[in-house]
Amino acid sequence: MIQKSRLHIPHPPARPGDKPDFSYLQISQPGEVMRPDVNTHAMDMTDLAHSMVRVLKDDGKTTGPWNPHLEPEVLQVGLRHMMLTRAFDERMQRVQRQGKISFYVKCTGEEAVAVAQTMALLPGDMLFPSYRNQGLQVARGRKLVDLMCQCLSNTRDMCKGRQMPIMYHSKEGNLFSISGNLTTQYPQAVGWAMASAMKGEDNLAATWIGDGSTAEPDFHHALTFASVYQAPVILNVVNNQWAISTFQAFAGGTRVPFAARGLGYGIPGIRVDGNDFLAVYAVTAWAAERARTGAGPTLIEHVTYRASAHSTSDDPSRYRPKDEFEAWPLGDPITRLKQHLIQLGEWSEKQHEALEKELEKHALESWKEAITYGTMTEGPSLDPSNMFEDVFKEMPEHLKKQREQMLAEGDK
Amino acid sequence: MAQMNMIQALNSAMDIALSKDPTVVLMGEDIGYFGGVFRCTEGLQRKHGEHRVLDAPIAEGGIVATAIGMGVNGLRPVVEIQFADYIYPAFDQIVSELARLRHRSAGDFYAPITIRTPCGGGIRGGQTHSQSPEGIFTHVSGIKVVMPSNPYDAKGMLLSAIEDDDPVVFFEPKRIYNGPFDGDPDKPARPWSTHAKGEVPEGHYTVPIGKAEIVRPGNAATIITYGTMVHVAEAAAEKSGIDAEIIDVRSMAPLDVATLRASVQKTGRCVIVHEATRFGGYGAELSATVQEECFWHLEAPIQRVTGWDTPYPHAFEWEYFPGQKRIINALRAVLEA
Ligand SMILES: Cc1ncc(C[n+]2csc(CCOP(=O)(O)OP(=O)(O)O)c2C)c(N)n1
Ligand SMILES: [Mg+2]
Repeated sequence: MIQKSRLHIPHPPARPGDKPDFSYLQISQPGEVMRPDVNTHAMDMTDLAHSMVRVLKDDGKTTGPWNPHLEPEVLQVGLRHMMLTRAFDERMQRVQRQGKISFYVKCTGEEAVAVAQTMALLPGDMLFPSYRNQGLQVARGRKLVDLMCQCLSNTRDMCKGRQMPIMYHSKEGNLFSISGNLTTQYPQAVGWAMASAMKGEDNLAATWIGDGSTAEPDFHHALTFASVYQAPVILNVVNNQWAISTFQAFAGGTRVPFAARGLGYGIPGIRVDGNDFLAVYAVTAWAAERARTGAGPTLIEHVTYRASAHSTSDDPSRYRPKDEFEAWPLGDPITRLKQHLIQLGEWSEKQHEALEKELEKHALESWKEAITYGTMTEGPSLDPSNMFEDVFKEMPEHLKKQREQMLAEGDK
Repeated sequence: MAQMNMIQALNSAMDIALSKDPTVVLMGEDIGYFGGVFRCTEGLQRKHGEHRVLDAPIAEGGIVATAIGMGVNGLRPVVEIQFADYIYPAFDQIVSELARLRHRSAGDFYAPITIRTPCGGGIRGGQTHSQSPEGIFTHVSGIKVVMPSNPYDAKGMLLSAIEDDDPVVFFEPKRIYNGPFDGDPDKPARPWSTHAKGEVPEGHYTVPIGKAEIVRPGNAATIITYGTMVHVAEAAAEKSGIDAEIIDVRSMAPLDVATLRASVQKTGRCVIVHEATRFGGYGAELSATVQEECFWHLEAPIQRVTGWDTPYPHAFEWEYFPGQKRIINALRAVLEA
């Protein structure tokens, strides 16, 4: 037979009605992966990109060279941040359904990535998030009320009503302004890190994108500049298996892990169990040490699962089995850290339940406070003419004129 | 004839094109199995196969660039950019490559591509789901730029675009996908079944690119507009009782100058309306054209009603949106001058 070229069309392992199937996923045993010295050359530790760093075992115990040996109090803080992130998400989804906010994006199942990473970094490190990293905001101590006010576009919104919900920022918190355009923040983080090195400072930059977003050219811009200038930056790919309706194979992630993309640039790539709080913490601390000791950038792929819909505008039952998350082999990051703490004798089901209630209540109370600063339809509201501000540092004549016209004419 | 909304009309056009011409292929983010985030390609992959309706990696530059390669190799790609706000990563491929390929190769190479993309605001999309960047593309020689305002035109113009051997950027005003919108967000939504142009033939037909349409005849003033704003302008004319003639431009490039000229020479007064920002926008081209063609007939300075020169703000979209009131004020201004 004559062989002919043929177009390959990637497929997810299961569609609605099918049995979930994660047999494609390469999973290492906890403790199996070596922990090289931070100064090791990328090409001498290529296996890190193809295996999976894991610390937590199924029985909740830890094992192997990547165990970060964190104090129980630190783990409890981590657990709390993850649970608060989830309570926040639940509240916001509910108010979106009630029509109180226009849009929302949950990060359910991915909380360990943002929370453990923030805790492994220093407050002076600059974070360049995507829209699904609210755990960064929570772990950096941003108040839920402040985040909610942004989602409400109200008088306390740090964006002054200019952005859609979830596009937070915090100048004091070193959390960069979130963009709706995918991957743009990735090379920007590299530039920030280059400036840090130019100024002889210690701070590093860290940035996040999803699996699907690696297809954008800005991903390659980031890797090229990070490699050329050996910038002190941590480049994270949160591989939650899906990009809206599109399986990660459409970004090429099932052929070669995303972590391995670093190797072509001479950047160490490391693949980690993204639902293992300890493993995420450990690889982030390792990458941070590399950055701070002049060893350059690191690319981290966090293997996780997007347990919720893409956003409140999405219906995932149209394109994937409803019960996929139950079959996800890496479990739920909150449950896994909880089990670990219980196994250490530092936590109990009862404490867990009580904390869950407390955080739910905190989220509700925060919401009640947030709406006193206005909603989209009621209460105090921003002055619409503020839209003309901050287009430039100083308002040019034509904008002044347009603002006058708007005030004179009124709306509609 | 059938009742169709704009989504169904676009879907029908692509279905017909895929059935009629084996070289037609579709490609875009989430358009295949899922049927697109606005559902414009629903069912087309199931019907025409995975090799003709392709889900794409999230790389707009890659989508347009590979479509150029396919076009050069005999295919007729119709690509979707999920939101016009995300077309910029493809800008270099559109401006430097797609638009100039025919010219730089003295006609030996060309890529007959249609780029469909939803545009415009009014859906609480904030600055990254609301933009109207048509004026950025009309400034580029070598691409056609169109925007339909109803299901009938959407289907007929999309078929024309697909069959055209030149590249076409096809803007779809998403606020009117499901029904005409007159600019009043407090009114209940109106479906296309209540509008004459929601009647759409099921089979093949075309609406030519390069032809404007007079959607409301009148004598007192001419409103030149397109997309969602056609319906807002109609409501404004109705409400004010002003005998305005409304022209739906439909095709921004090439522009049907003759229709504009005849109308403004008749009325002597002109208001230009678009949702996009004003400064350096497409309205400036319209205004210059009217001035050149009708200077001696003009009784008043031409007025432009547009979005403000700011990003589209999430909280204040109705203060930003050029609504009926602003159009009426502009009409009064040209009449009183
Ligand atoms: C440049 C650009 N193209 C397309 C989109 C539309 N879009 C928003 S999110 C998304 C999927 C992203 O998937 P992934 O990177 O895997 O992140 P996840 O949502 O899974 O966290 C798409 C296509 C966009 N926001 N920006
Ligand atoms: Mg994803």
